[in-house]
Amino acid sequence: MIEPVIVWTVTVALGIGTFLLRLSFLGILGRRELPDWLLRHLRYVAVAVLPGLVAPLVVWPQATGGALDAPRLTAAAAAVLVGALSRNFFGAVAAGAAALYGLPFLLAA
Amino acid sequence: MSTRSSVRALRRGFFAGLPFIVVIGPFGLLFGVLADQAGLDIVQTLSMTTLVIAGASQFTALALMQDHAPTLIVIAAALAVNLRLALYSASIAPHIGAAPLRMRALAAFVLVDQTFAISVQEFERRPTMTLEEKLGYFFGTALAICVPWVVLSGVGMLVGRSIPPEYALDFAVPLTFIAMIAPQLRSLPHIVAAFTSVVIALLLAWMPWSTGVLVAALAAMAAGAETERRLALHRSRADAGGLGA
Repeated sequence: MIEPVIVWTVTVALGIGTFLLRLSFLGILGRRELPDWLLRHLRYVAVAVLPGLVAPLVVWPQATGGALDAPRLTAAAAAVLVGALSRNFFGAVAAGAAALYGLPFLLAA
Repeated sequence: MSTRSSVRALRRGFFAGLPFIVVIGPFGLLFGVLADQAGLDIVQTLSMTTLVIAGASQFTALALMQDHAPTLIVIAAALAVNLRLALYSASIAPHIGAAPLRMRALAAFVLVDQTFAISVQEFERRPTMTLEEKLGYFFGTALAICVPWVVLSGVGMLVGRSIPPEYALDFAVPLTFIAMIAPQLRSLPHIVAAFTSVVIALLLAWMPWSTGVLVAALAAMAAGAETERRLALHRSRADAGGLGA
Protein backbone atom coordinates (compact mmCIF):
# COMPACT_ATOMS: atom_id res chain seq x y z
CA MET A 1 0.00 0.00 0.00
CA ILE A 2 1.41 3.39 -1.03
CA GLU A 3 0.44 6.52 0.92
CA PRO A 4 -2.28 8.43 -1.01
CA VAL A 5 -0.36 11.71 -0.51
CA ILE A 6 2.64 10.21 -2.33
CA VAL A 7 0.51 8.84 -5.16
CA TRP A 8 -1.17 12.21 -5.71
CA THR A 9 2.06 14.20 -5.46
CA VAL A 10 3.73 11.93 -8.02
CA THR A 11 0.67 11.97 -10.30
CA VAL A 12 0.38 15.75 -10.35
CA ALA A 13 4.13 16.45 -10.61
CA LEU A 14 4.65 13.80 -13.27
CA GLY A 15 1.60 15.04 -15.16
CA ILE A 16 2.78 18.65 -15.17
CA GLY A 17 6.44 17.76 -15.84
CA THR A 18 5.55 15.45 -18.71
CA PHE A 19 3.25 18.06 -20.22
CA LEU A 20 6.03 20.66 -20.07
CA LEU A 21 8.45 18.24 -21.78
CA ARG A 22 5.89 17.73 -24.55
CA LEU A 23 5.15 21.43 -24.85
CA SER A 24 8.83 22.48 -24.65
CA PHE A 25 9.82 22.99 -28.26
CA LEU A 26 6.32 23.02 -29.69
CA GLY A 27 5.16 25.76 -27.34
CA ILE A 28 8.13 27.93 -26.56
CA LEU A 29 10.73 27.55 -29.25
CA GLY A 30 8.20 27.22 -32.05
CA ARG A 31 10.11 26.61 -35.25
CA ARG A 32 13.59 27.41 -33.96
CA GLU A 33 16.18 24.68 -34.65
CA LEU A 34 18.21 22.86 -32.01
CA PRO A 35 22.01 22.63 -32.06
CA ASP A 36 23.38 19.47 -33.67
CA TRP A 37 25.20 18.17 -30.61
CA LEU A 38 22.00 18.32 -28.54
CA LEU A 39 19.93 16.52 -31.19
CA ARG A 40 22.67 13.90 -31.43
CA HIS A 41 22.36 13.22 -27.69
CA LEU A 42 18.56 13.29 -27.71
CA ARG A 43 18.47 10.61 -30.42
CA TYR A 44 19.76 8.10 -27.85
CA VAL A 45 17.45 9.00 -24.96
CA ALA A 46 15.21 5.93 -25.32
CA VAL A 47 18.02 3.38 -25.72
CA ALA A 48 19.93 5.06 -22.89
CA VAL A 49 17.16 5.09 -20.27
CA LEU A 50 15.13 1.92 -20.68
CA PRO A 51 17.94 -0.72 -20.77
CA GLY A 52 19.39 0.70 -17.55
CA LEU A 53 15.99 0.56 -15.88
CA VAL A 54 15.39 -3.01 -16.98
CA ALA A 55 18.83 -4.57 -16.37
CA PRO A 56 18.62 -4.72 -12.53
CA LEU A 57 15.04 -6.07 -12.76
CA VAL A 58 16.28 -8.88 -14.99
CA VAL A 59 19.43 -9.78 -13.08
CA TRP A 60 18.10 -9.34 -9.53
CA PRO A 61 14.32 -9.84 -9.75
CA GLN A 62 12.35 -8.92 -6.62
CA ALA A 63 10.07 -11.92 -7.05
CA THR A 64 12.99 -14.31 -6.38
CA GLY A 65 14.37 -12.18 -3.54
CA GLY A 66 17.13 -10.86 -5.81
CA ALA A 67 18.54 -14.27 -6.80
CA LEU A 68 19.56 -14.97 -10.40
CA ASP A 69 16.72 -16.72 -12.17
CA ALA A 70 17.28 -18.84 -15.29
CA PRO A 71 13.80 -18.41 -16.84
CA ARG A 72 13.92 -14.62 -16.44
CA LEU A 73 17.44 -14.33 -17.88
CA THR A 74 16.55 -16.59 -20.80
CA ALA A 75 13.33 -14.67 -21.40
CA ALA A 76 15.21 -11.36 -21.52
CA ALA A 77 17.82 -12.77 -23.91
CA ALA A 78 15.15 -14.27 -26.16
CA ALA A 79 13.23 -10.98 -26.28
CA VAL A 80 16.35 -8.96 -27.13
CA LEU A 81 17.41 -11.39 -29.85
CA VAL A 82 14.02 -11.78 -31.52
CA GLY A 83 13.22 -8.08 -31.16
CA ALA A 84 16.52 -6.96 -32.70
CA LEU A 85 16.31 -9.42 -35.58
CA SER A 86 12.60 -9.18 -36.40
CA ARG A 87 12.20 -5.46 -35.54
CA ASN A 88 8.85 -6.53 -34.15
CA PHE A 89 7.46 -5.62 -30.73
CA PHE A 90 5.03 -8.53 -30.57
CA GLY A 91 7.61 -11.05 -31.74
CA ALA A 92 9.89 -9.97 -28.91
CA VAL A 93 7.13 -10.21 -26.29
CA ALA A 94 6.07 -13.62 -27.57
CA ALA A 95 9.65 -14.96 -27.51
CA GLY A 96 10.19 -13.66 -23.99
CA ALA A 97 6.91 -15.05 -22.70
CA ALA A 98 7.57 -18.42 -24.34
CA ALA A 99 10.97 -18.64 -22.60
CA LEU A 100 9.60 -17.41 -19.27
CA TYR A 101 6.75 -19.92 -19.10
CA GLY A 102 8.32 -22.68 -21.21
CA LEU A 103 11.61 -23.11 -19.36
CA PRO A 104 10.24 -23.99 -15.89
CA PHE A 105 7.82 -26.34 -17.61
CA LEU A 106 10.67 -28.12 -19.47
CA LEU A 107 12.84 -28.27 -16.33
CA ALA A 108 9.99 -29.72 -14.29
CA ALA A 109 9.21 -32.37 -16.89
CA MET B 1 -14.22 24.15 -47.05
CA SER B 2 -11.15 24.00 -44.87
CA THR B 3 -13.24 22.63 -41.98
CA ARG B 4 -14.47 19.80 -44.15
CA SER B 5 -10.97 18.83 -45.25
CA SER B 6 -9.73 18.92 -41.66
CA VAL B 7 -12.62 16.67 -40.57
CA ARG B 8 -11.62 14.30 -43.36
CA ALA B 9 -8.04 14.42 -42.11
CA LEU B 10 -9.24 13.73 -38.57
CA ARG B 11 -11.10 10.67 -39.77
CA ARG B 12 -8.03 9.44 -41.68
CA GLY B 13 -5.84 9.94 -38.61
CA PHE B 14 -8.34 8.09 -36.46
CA PHE B 15 -8.31 5.04 -38.72
CA ALA B 16 -4.52 5.16 -39.05
CA GLY B 17 -4.24 5.07 -35.27
CA LEU B 18 -6.86 2.40 -34.63
CA PRO B 19 -4.67 -0.69 -35.32
CA PHE B 20 -2.32 0.45 -32.57
CA ILE B 21 -4.92 -0.63 -30.02
CA VAL B 22 -3.14 -3.98 -30.29
CA VAL B 23 -0.04 -2.38 -28.69
CA ILE B 24 -1.78 0.13 -26.41
CA GLY B 25 -4.39 -2.34 -25.18
CA PRO B 26 -2.17 -4.88 -23.38
CA PHE B 27 0.06 -2.10 -22.09
CA GLY B 28 -2.93 -0.24 -20.61
CA LEU B 29 -4.40 -3.44 -19.16
CA LEU B 30 -1.05 -4.24 -17.59
CA PHE B 31 -0.81 -0.81 -15.99
CA GLY B 32 -4.25 -1.31 -14.45
CA VAL B 33 -3.28 -4.75 -13.14
CA LEU B 34 0.01 -3.56 -11.60
CA ALA B 35 -1.57 -0.40 -10.16
CA ASP B 36 -4.16 -2.58 -8.46
CA GLN B 37 -1.47 -4.87 -7.05
CA ALA B 38 0.44 -1.82 -5.79
CA GLY B 39 -2.67 -0.81 -3.85
CA LEU B 40 -3.80 2.16 -5.94
CA ASP B 41 -7.55 2.69 -6.16
CA ILE B 42 -9.45 3.26 -9.38
CA VAL B 43 -9.57 7.07 -9.04
CA GLN B 44 -5.80 7.26 -8.48
CA THR B 45 -5.09 4.89 -11.38
CA LEU B 46 -7.34 6.68 -13.87
CA SER B 47 -6.06 10.10 -12.76
CA MET B 48 -2.46 9.08 -13.33
CA THR B 49 -3.22 7.48 -16.66
CA THR B 50 -5.24 10.49 -17.89
CA LEU B 51 -2.87 13.18 -16.64
CA VAL B 52 0.40 11.53 -17.64
CA ILE B 53 -0.48 9.38 -20.72
CA ALA B 54 3.05 7.95 -20.87
CA GLY B 55 3.11 4.26 -20.05
CA ALA B 56 6.82 3.67 -19.54
CA SER B 57 7.11 6.50 -17.00
CA GLN B 58 3.95 5.37 -15.19
CA PHE B 59 5.41 1.87 -14.76
CA THR B 60 8.66 3.41 -13.52
CA ALA B 61 6.86 5.64 -11.01
CA LEU B 62 4.76 2.71 -9.79
CA ALA B 63 7.78 0.44 -9.29
CA LEU B 64 9.78 3.11 -7.43
CA MET B 65 6.84 4.05 -5.20
CA GLN B 66 6.47 0.39 -4.24
CA ASP B 67 10.19 0.43 -3.50
CA HIS B 68 9.53 3.34 -1.08
CA ALA B 69 11.92 5.63 -2.96
CA PRO B 70 11.74 9.32 -1.94
CA THR B 71 9.06 11.16 -3.88
CA LEU B 72 11.55 13.47 -5.60
CA ILE B 73 13.52 10.49 -6.91
CA VAL B 74 10.32 8.86 -8.19
CA ILE B 75 9.42 12.02 -10.11
CA ALA B 76 12.95 12.55 -11.46
CA ALA B 77 13.36 8.96 -12.69
CA ALA B 78 9.90 8.92 -14.31
CA LEU B 79 10.56 12.27 -16.00
CA ALA B 80 13.91 10.97 -17.29
CA VAL B 81 12.02 8.20 -19.06
CA ASN B 82 9.88 10.91 -20.68
CA LEU B 83 12.78 13.05 -21.92
CA ARG B 84 12.28 11.56 -25.37
CA LEU B 85 8.96 13.43 -25.54
CA ALA B 86 10.90 16.71 -25.75
CA LEU B 87 12.61 15.30 -28.82
CA TYR B 88 9.21 14.49 -30.35
CA SER B 89 8.11 18.02 -29.51
CA ALA B 90 11.13 19.39 -31.37
CA SER B 91 10.54 17.28 -34.45
CA ILE B 92 6.80 17.91 -34.78
CA ALA B 93 7.20 21.67 -34.21
CA PRO B 94 8.04 22.49 -37.85
CA HIS B 95 4.73 20.84 -38.86
CA ILE B 96 2.22 22.28 -36.40
CA GLY B 97 4.28 24.99 -34.68
CA ALA B 98 2.36 27.74 -36.51
CA ALA B 99 -0.95 26.83 -34.80
CA PRO B 100 -2.34 29.04 -32.00
CA LEU B 101 -0.85 28.37 -28.57
CA ARG B 102 -4.07 26.78 -27.27
CA MET B 103 -4.00 24.24 -30.11
CA ARG B 104 -0.30 23.55 -29.57
CA ALA B 105 -0.92 22.98 -25.85
CA LEU B 106 -3.72 20.53 -26.61
CA ALA B 107 -1.52 18.75 -29.16
CA ALA B 108 1.34 18.59 -26.64
CA PHE B 109 -0.96 16.93 -24.12
CA VAL B 110 -1.59 13.96 -26.44
CA LEU B 111 1.91 13.79 -27.95
CA VAL B 112 2.85 10.14 -27.31
CA ASP B 113 5.10 7.63 -29.12
CA GLN B 114 2.36 6.42 -31.47
CA THR B 115 0.56 9.69 -32.29
CA PHE B 116 3.95 11.22 -33.03
CA ALA B 117 5.27 8.37 -35.17
CA ILE B 118 2.10 7.95 -37.25
CA SER B 119 1.53 11.67 -37.82
CA VAL B 120 5.07 12.69 -38.72
CA GLN B 121 5.25 9.80 -41.16
CA GLU B 122 2.04 11.02 -42.83
CA PHE B 123 3.18 14.70 -42.86
CA GLU B 124 6.40 13.72 -44.59
CA ARG B 125 4.58 11.55 -47.11
CA ARG B 126 2.11 14.36 -47.96
CA PRO B 127 3.99 17.66 -47.84
CA THR B 128 0.99 19.52 -49.34
CA MET B 129 -1.17 19.05 -46.22
CA THR B 130 -2.36 22.36 -44.75
CA LEU B 131 -1.88 23.26 -41.09
CA GLU B 132 -5.58 22.51 -40.41
CA GLU B 133 -5.34 19.11 -42.07
CA LYS B 134 -2.19 18.26 -40.12
CA LEU B 135 -3.87 19.22 -36.84
CA GLY B 136 -6.97 17.23 -37.79
CA TYR B 137 -4.92 14.18 -38.63
CA PHE B 138 -2.90 14.42 -35.44
CA PHE B 139 -5.97 14.74 -33.20
CA GLY B 140 -7.53 11.83 -35.09
CA THR B 141 -4.62 9.57 -34.14
CA ALA B 142 -4.85 10.87 -30.55
CA LEU B 143 -8.55 9.90 -30.32
CA ALA B 144 -7.77 6.38 -31.50
CA ILE B 145 -4.79 5.94 -29.19
CA CYS B 146 -5.22 7.94 -25.98
CA VAL B 147 -8.86 7.10 -25.25
CA PRO B 148 -8.40 3.27 -25.35
CA TRP B 149 -5.25 3.70 -23.23
CA VAL B 150 -7.27 5.24 -20.38
CA VAL B 151 -10.26 2.91 -20.74
CA LEU B 152 -8.14 -0.26 -20.82
CA SER B 153 -6.08 0.66 -17.77
CA GLY B 154 -9.42 0.92 -15.92
CA VAL B 155 -10.42 -2.51 -17.25
CA GLY B 156 -7.01 -3.92 -16.22
CA MET B 157 -7.68 -2.77 -12.69
CA LEU B 158 -10.93 -4.70 -12.55
CA VAL B 159 -9.64 -7.96 -14.06
CA GLY B 160 -6.24 -7.79 -12.33
CA ARG B 161 -7.54 -9.20 -9.07
CA SER B 162 -8.17 -12.58 -10.65
CA ILE B 163 -4.56 -13.07 -11.87
CA PRO B 164 -2.55 -15.38 -9.54
CA PRO B 165 1.11 -14.54 -8.68
CA GLU B 166 2.62 -17.65 -10.32
CA TYR B 167 2.05 -15.98 -13.69
CA ALA B 168 5.28 -14.03 -13.05
CA LEU B 169 3.55 -10.74 -13.89
CA ASP B 170 6.47 -8.95 -12.23
CA PHE B 171 8.33 -9.69 -15.43
CA ALA B 172 5.73 -8.15 -17.72
CA VAL B 173 7.20 -4.65 -17.39
CA PRO B 174 10.86 -5.60 -18.07
CA LEU B 175 9.70 -7.75 -20.97
CA THR B 176 7.62 -4.95 -22.48
CA PHE B 177 10.50 -2.47 -22.15
CA ILE B 178 12.91 -4.93 -23.78
CA ALA B 179 10.46 -5.50 -26.62
CA MET B 180 10.20 -1.72 -27.14
CA ILE B 181 13.97 -1.24 -27.20
CA ALA B 182 15.25 -4.30 -29.06
CA PRO B 183 13.84 -3.25 -32.46
CA GLN B 184 15.64 0.10 -32.03
CA LEU B 185 19.06 -1.57 -31.87
CA ARG B 186 19.47 -0.82 -35.54
CA SER B 187 22.85 0.89 -35.64
CA LEU B 188 26.20 0.70 -33.84
CA PRO B 189 25.59 3.90 -31.79
CA HIS B 190 22.23 2.53 -30.58
CA ILE B 191 23.87 -0.74 -29.55
CA VAL B 192 26.72 1.07 -27.81
CA ALA B 193 24.26 3.29 -25.93
CA ALA B 194 22.11 0.36 -24.79
CA PHE B 195 25.13 -1.68 -23.72
CA THR B 196 26.64 1.25 -21.77
CA SER B 197 23.32 1.82 -20.05
CA VAL B 198 23.03 -1.83 -18.96
CA VAL B 199 26.62 -2.13 -17.70
CA ILE B 200 26.67 1.14 -15.76
CA ALA B 201 23.18 0.58 -14.30
CA LEU B 202 24.32 -2.82 -12.98
CA LEU B 203 27.61 -1.43 -11.63
CA LEU B 204 25.78 1.43 -9.89
CA ALA B 205 22.88 -0.69 -8.65
CA TRP B 206 24.15 -0.11 -5.09
CA MET B 207 23.20 3.56 -5.38
CA PRO B 208 19.90 4.23 -3.59
CA TRP B 209 16.52 4.39 -5.39
CA SER B 210 17.64 3.84 -8.95
CA THR B 211 19.71 7.03 -9.02
CA GLY B 212 22.38 4.88 -10.72
CA VAL B 213 20.00 4.56 -13.67
CA LEU B 214 20.08 8.33 -14.20
CA VAL B 215 23.89 8.32 -14.27
CA ALA B 216 23.82 5.31 -16.61
CA ALA B 217 21.37 7.09 -18.93
CA LEU B 218 23.52 10.22 -19.22
CA ALA B 219 26.66 8.16 -19.87
CA ALA B 220 24.80 6.04 -22.44
CA MET B 221 23.50 9.11 -24.31
CA ALA B 222 27.04 10.50 -24.47
CA ALA B 223 28.39 7.11 -25.60
CA GLY B 224 25.80 6.84 -28.38
CA ALA B 225 26.32 10.43 -29.56
CA GLU B 226 30.11 10.06 -29.51
CA THR B 227 30.00 6.79 -31.45
CA GLU B 228 27.78 8.45 -34.05
CA ARG B 229 30.17 11.42 -34.33
CA ARG B 230 33.23 9.20 -34.75
CA LEU B 231 31.51 6.98 -37.29
CA ALA B 232 30.59 10.04 -39.37
CA LEU B 233 34.14 11.37 -39.08
CA HIS B 234 35.57 8.01 -40.09
CA ARG B 235 33.19 7.80 -43.04
CA SER B 236 34.02 11.28 -44.32
CA ARG B 237 37.76 10.52 -44.04
CA ALA B 238 37.28 7.27 -45.93
CA ASP B 239 35.38 9.17 -48.63
CA ALA B 240 38.13 11.78 -48.88
CA GLY B 241 40.74 9.01 -49.08
CA GLY B 242 38.74 7.31 -51.83
CA LEU B 243 38.71 10.51 -53.85
CA GLY B 244 42.46 10.94 -53.50
CA ALA B 245 43.27 7.40 -54.65
